[in-house]
Amino acid sequence: MPGKLKAKIVAGRHLPVMDRASDLTDAFVEVKFGNTTFKTDVYPKSLNPQWNSEWFKFEVDDEDLQDEPLQITVLDHDTYSANDAIGKVYIDIDPLLCSEAATVISGWLPIYDTIHGIRGEINVLVKVDLFNDLNRFRQSSCGVKFFCTTSIPRCYRAVMVHGFVEELVVNEDPEYQWIDRIRTPRASNEARQRLIFLMSGELQRKIGLKVLEMGGNAVVGYLQCFDLEGESGLVVRAIGTACTLEKISTFPATATHPNNSSPSKDMKEPGFGEEAPGVPLSSGPPTPLRAQTFSSFSPSKSYSRQSSSSDTELSLTPKTGMGSGGSAGKEAGPLKALLRQQTQSALEQREYPFFTLTAFPPGFLLHVGGVVSARSVKLLDRIHNPDEPETRDAWWEEIRQEIKSHAKALGCHAVVGYSESTSICEEVCILSASGTAAVLSSRFMQDGPLDTEHRFEEVVSPGCGFCHIPYDELNIPFPAQLTYCYCCRRYKVPDVLFTTIDLPTEANVTGKGCLIQARLCRTKKKAQGEGNATAISSLLPFLEYELHTQLMNKLKLRGMNALFGLRIQISVGETMLLGLASATGVYLTALPSPGGIQIAGKTPSDITYEQHISTMQKKINDTIDKNKELYEINPPEVVEEIIGSPIPEPRQRSRLFRSHSESSDEVSELDLSHGKKDAFVLEIDDTDAVEDIHALLTDSPTPAGFYSCNTEIMPGIQNWTSAIQMFTSVRVFRLNANLTNQGLNKIFSDLCENLLKSLYFKLRSMVPCCLCHLNFTVAIPEDELIQVAVTAVAMSFDKEQPLENGKQSGEKTLIKAITENDEQLQFNLELNAETSSHNPLSSPKGLSEVGSHLSARASSLEKASPLPEGRSRSLRSNRSYSGSSVAVVKMTPLSFIPGAKIIKYLGIINMFFIRETSSLREEGGVSGFLHTFIAEVFAMVRAHVAALGGNAVVSYSMKECVFMENPNKNQAQCLINVSGDAVIFVRESELESTSVQTQSATTHTSNGGEGT
Amino acid sequence: MSVELDVFVGNTTIMDKEVYQLWLNGYTVNDAVKVRIEGGVMEECEASAEVLLSDTMDQYRTFQMCERLLHHPAKLANQLLFQIPPDRQAMLIERYYAFDDSFVREVLGKKLSKGTKKDLDDVSIKTGITLKSCRRQFDNFKRVFKVVEELKGPLVENIRQHFLLPDQLARDYAAIVFFANHRFETGKKKLQYLTFQDFAFCAGQLINNWTVGAVGKTNNMMEDMDVDLDKEFLQDLKDLKILITDKDLLDQHKNLVCTALRGKTNVFNEMEANFKNLSRGLVNIAAKLINAKDVRDFFIDLVEKFIEPCRSDKLTSIDVNLYLTHYTNSAHILDTFKHHAVWTRYMGVIKSCILRMYHD
Repeated sequence: MPGKLKAKIVAGRHLPVMDRASDLTDAFVEVKFGNTTFKTDVYPKSLNPQWNSEWFKFEVDDEDLQDEPLQITVLDHDTYSANDAIGKVYIDIDPLLCSEAATVISGWLPIYDTIHGIRGEINVLVKVDLFNDLNRFRQSSCGVKFFCTTSIPRCYRAVMVHGFVEELVVNEDPEYQWIDRIRTPRASNEARQRLIFLMSGELQRKIGLKVLEMGGNAVVGYLQCFDLEGESGLVVRAIGTACTLEKISTFPATATHPNNSSPSKDMKEPGFGEEAPGVPLSSGPPTPLRAQTFSSFSPSKSYSRQSSSSDTELSLTPKTGMGSGGSAGKEAGPLKALLRQQTQSALEQREYPFFTLTAFPPGFLLHVGGVVSARSVKLLDRIHNPDEPETRDAWWEEIRQEIKSHAKALGCHAVVGYSESTSICEEVCILSASGTAAVLSSRFMQDGPLDTEHRFEEVVSPGCGFCHIPYDELNIPFPAQLTYCYCCRRYKVPDVLFTTIDLPTEANVTGKGCLIQARLCRTKKKAQGEGNATAISSLLPFLEYELHTQLMNKLKLRGMNALFGLRIQISVGETMLLGLASATGVYLTALPSPGGIQIAGKTPSDITYEQHISTMQKKINDTIDKNKELYEINPPEVVEEIIGSPIPEPRQRSRLFRSHSESSDEVSELDLSHGKKDAFVLEIDDTDAVEDIHALLTDSPTPAGFYSCNTEIMPGIQNWTSAIQMFTSVRVFRLNANLTNQGLNKIFSDLCENLLKSLYFKLRSMVPCCLCHLNFTVAIPEDELIQVAVTAVAMSFDKEQPLENGKQSGEKTLIKAITENDEQLQFNLELNAETSSHNPLSSPKGLSEVGSHLSARASSLEKASPLPEGRSRSLRSNRSYSGSSVAVVKMTPLSFIPGAKIIKYLGIINMFFIRETSSLREEGGVSGFLHTFIAEVFAMVRAHVAALGGNAVVSYSMKECVFMENPNKNQAQCLINVSGDAVIFVRESELESTSVQTQSATTHTSNGGEGT
Repeated sequence: MSVELDVFVGNTTIMDKEVYQLWLNGYTVNDAVKVRIEGGVMEECEASAEVLLSDTMDQYRTFQMCERLLHHPAKLANQLLFQIPPDRQAMLIERYYAFDDSFVREVLGKKLSKGTKKDLDDVSIKTGITLKSCRRQFDNFKRVFKVVEELKGPLVENIRQHFLLPDQLARDYAAIVFFANHRFETGKKKLQYLTFQDFAFCAGQLINNWTVGAVGKTNNMMEDMDVDLDKEFLQDLKDLKILITDKDLLDQHKNLVCTALRGKTNVFNEMEANFKNLSRGLVNIAAKLINAKDVRDFFIDLVEKFIEPCRSDKLTSIDVNLYLTHYTNSAHILDTFKHHAVWTRYMGVIKSCILRMYHD
């Protein structure tokens, strides 16, 4: 019995009136964990009851602690009839189980009812006393940290990256049980909410066990999803990357980690250190988008059609001759081959060499091959044993194998930026997986401790290494146009690069980036069962092909040559398929300048037709010019003679580097000819092409002062202000029946465009600003309905950028300055953290000087004060009452907060809510209903973060927003699932001013005794 | 084809001041969009009418959701649903409780009842303020009235604390509550020339000098509020009648005033001729105030008994000031007149009210 959970119910406020006669409420609270329930006394006739209960203690297994939420129900006492429920609060105990996360949950939490929404708030205190469990065969995995963030969390260092973890649990959906026919909607919703809480807990525990087995202590890039399969069940599945993380300590790392490296490591490590800066170990074809699986599920497997990786290649690069000098990759041959073997074998031991990370520690990502993806169509009503996870496990296994083989074909041994998703319509389910084939350094993957000396002796890669093709170009499995890298001139690079990861911070980029979207709608005949699955399967490749063409065209129209953060979503409905691809386009300095787009007619005889074509061509050229100006794409002048000479002289190289650091001077001399030989040709005879061109030209540019991207960082913008605004916007569009593909496309495209326009308008006060992490999700909730949901963050930045520097060098120095700054700050900060953990008495002083309300939690005030809860609460409330009485909680889908330092991760926030109404009109129609619900979800997330002691949620995402309506019955229902990492951040300005004081505080420890 | 659902929710609630004002003014969404288009926001931000409509609807919805909280402004600060920066909260409250002078002029002194509310459509037509806005303003008056009715302590302070209003607005509300409580007649034709601010000023004078609370401020014993006039004082006012009933006293008073005024004004003759008339008027008002019914006519009486006669004699406000000063001071010199404290308390208010109400 290794855990004691303690809960105390303090008070309530803003309760609803439950007794019409007195306009008051006789409230009491039930506190339930597992099968144990406690009750408070009834606090009669008050809307602001003060229960001040005793500590309710639950003695439970840590396994249960991980699985179960603490369930708090507020009721109205009724002498004569049954007590009425006011609402519930589910509290996830998980953050309290990890020593490094939160220590207490305390604060006002909204009381939520699935029919009425938020009905007042309750103030609770929750703590956990964990006893050490030495049982080797335990089923719990307390202490494993979870992060939604898809990079190494800011205040940690990756000691080792173990790799892919996945888990899937299945249960019967309460909404589809027989009992649902006789119970109230409230009971059914609550059963569902509770079940999902339980399943999420179980899933997290199981993944934690796998991590412990692998020797890790954390999961980064944790992605949990629900599949509401309907009759066949409710699936909760999760993937993540197991890591061993280490809190960055303040003191020189060598001192804190006196790990003695083994002699063999000593021999190996220097080699890796040298190799890290972007020397290609292997090479592969640069095809951006690879192959996919289309298979319909049938028990006999007769319908299953597994495509080979070569017949579905989607390379659109025209067949042109390859560069002649092919010796580059072979140069350092033997050593590299050896190294590669080692890394590869390290990776190949794993079942799936996948990583959900999208950003990597320096030196980890060596080369990027391109996007790999796989899809498969399954029939849910054919699952033999719906209550067991085996069938779904097998499906995903199939897809993952496919991905793995695609990566191999690209000469890569790993897949990064990996994610999985589903789309379900009735009994048909499309499973999708995608990632980026890559070659990784083995430095974070070796077993045993690494020599810390080498970890810190980081040689910054020149910013082009990851672009170099990871394979032997003589064995190109498909046509591709390769050139020598425009940065180092030593290795081959592809002409375009598509990836699902974030832009590496060290990458050389010219100009700014922008959001690029491809949108597509395809009608489909209504069908049932296998016929339907086959129809979908045969449509999918065309859909993907066209999405890819659109992406490529739009990329070229913007004069860019690479896509990051590519996310292709395919949604299935009864009569249509929807495809939405979003990515951030950039101009990678290492890659060749993209050719223009050339339109070619098939019947050149007609003069008017010719004219039409030439005006179109002119329009396109003008747009490209305009875009280049807008995104400041002024690539350095190409030194043509270098191409073809395999190894440039050192002298030449230095000249090259110089030339692009001075690039801004050379802008005027630039020849931006699009009509070059390598131009991308669009044949206009093709109706699809007409459509494409139309789509290309109808995309309206972002208004002045706005930039947008769907990645973590916007290339070309560094000087963020602290003004951030996270938002969610949802639109549902009703279509007319009998639309053609083209009509549908236009509507869908307009829907997305208009949504973006609305966002720009809404956020106009933040200009100059960038919409970051623009995450679109599309769904077809019903026949003839399209739903688009967007979550993103708008971040203001200062316009003044150092102009005297060339764009390139300016950026570089900025980045460098930032990283340097970072290190210093970390140092200061960790000093701070160190004091709080080692000197409980001095810490309150130091932290209160930081001047933030979070000090009550972050510090060890609790240990220092005899009445910890009371003290910390009063401290917090005192502070907060000075302004507004509710602490501000920032939310962002990014992993960082501009101008601030994250000093502590408090645990994962993973919440699932259902809201239902049978008085839709009275609640302001569908918009009013959903508006309220989303606002309520935000409020609950903020409240739970504040109760954990945090002041922000990072890596926030709304993973599910399922909206169903029945206006005729005046009903609507919505399910929302959100997740993120609760954190404590401190403004950098505050840090700087206090760092000196903190340091002095540490030296005078004896003086710090008085505390606060 | 239509947009079925369209929502935007920010972590920090986005509220456009301009749209908020349009909403408060009771414009429909479509009218608000028209106003915004005319305002030129479209060109500024490269937006289309569609975008503007979507934004306006969204904002309107947000305001509607907030309205419930604005009814209890203190709740706005500690609710969790909307994350609104404190300065924004203050703006929302201040504007929500702001009112049109032309509207308040119509309902000032009326009972804040359902009957009055039913007549608001007439008020709306008369003032050109939308019915929706009239209702909001009326409900605000009523809400403030109801809350402070049951509270003890200073009226203005109570309003400021409970509704988090800025000082001036709290004073205006105090005036409205005070007028509604005493049902002062303000709608008569003769009073039409007076603005709300004139009345608010007078209300302030009455609250500060004639109420129970005004006394309480000195000895802190009284726990009742500023809304009710000090009954004891009103009783004492009857004693002033001696100034007009005692013939000697009246003559003596007149002589003193005339001596002081002689040569200081062009309208001396008119003043002299009218002295007894004016004095009777003012003292009679004082004597009647003990009857609640006559309190209602306080302002109409002031106009009929004092302001109109003065005006027909073409007195300037300087003349009136001069006259009232000497009229007040001279009474203290009278041998047989003993009610100095009551007289000062009465005439102080009367003088400042008349001067405020005396428009040249």
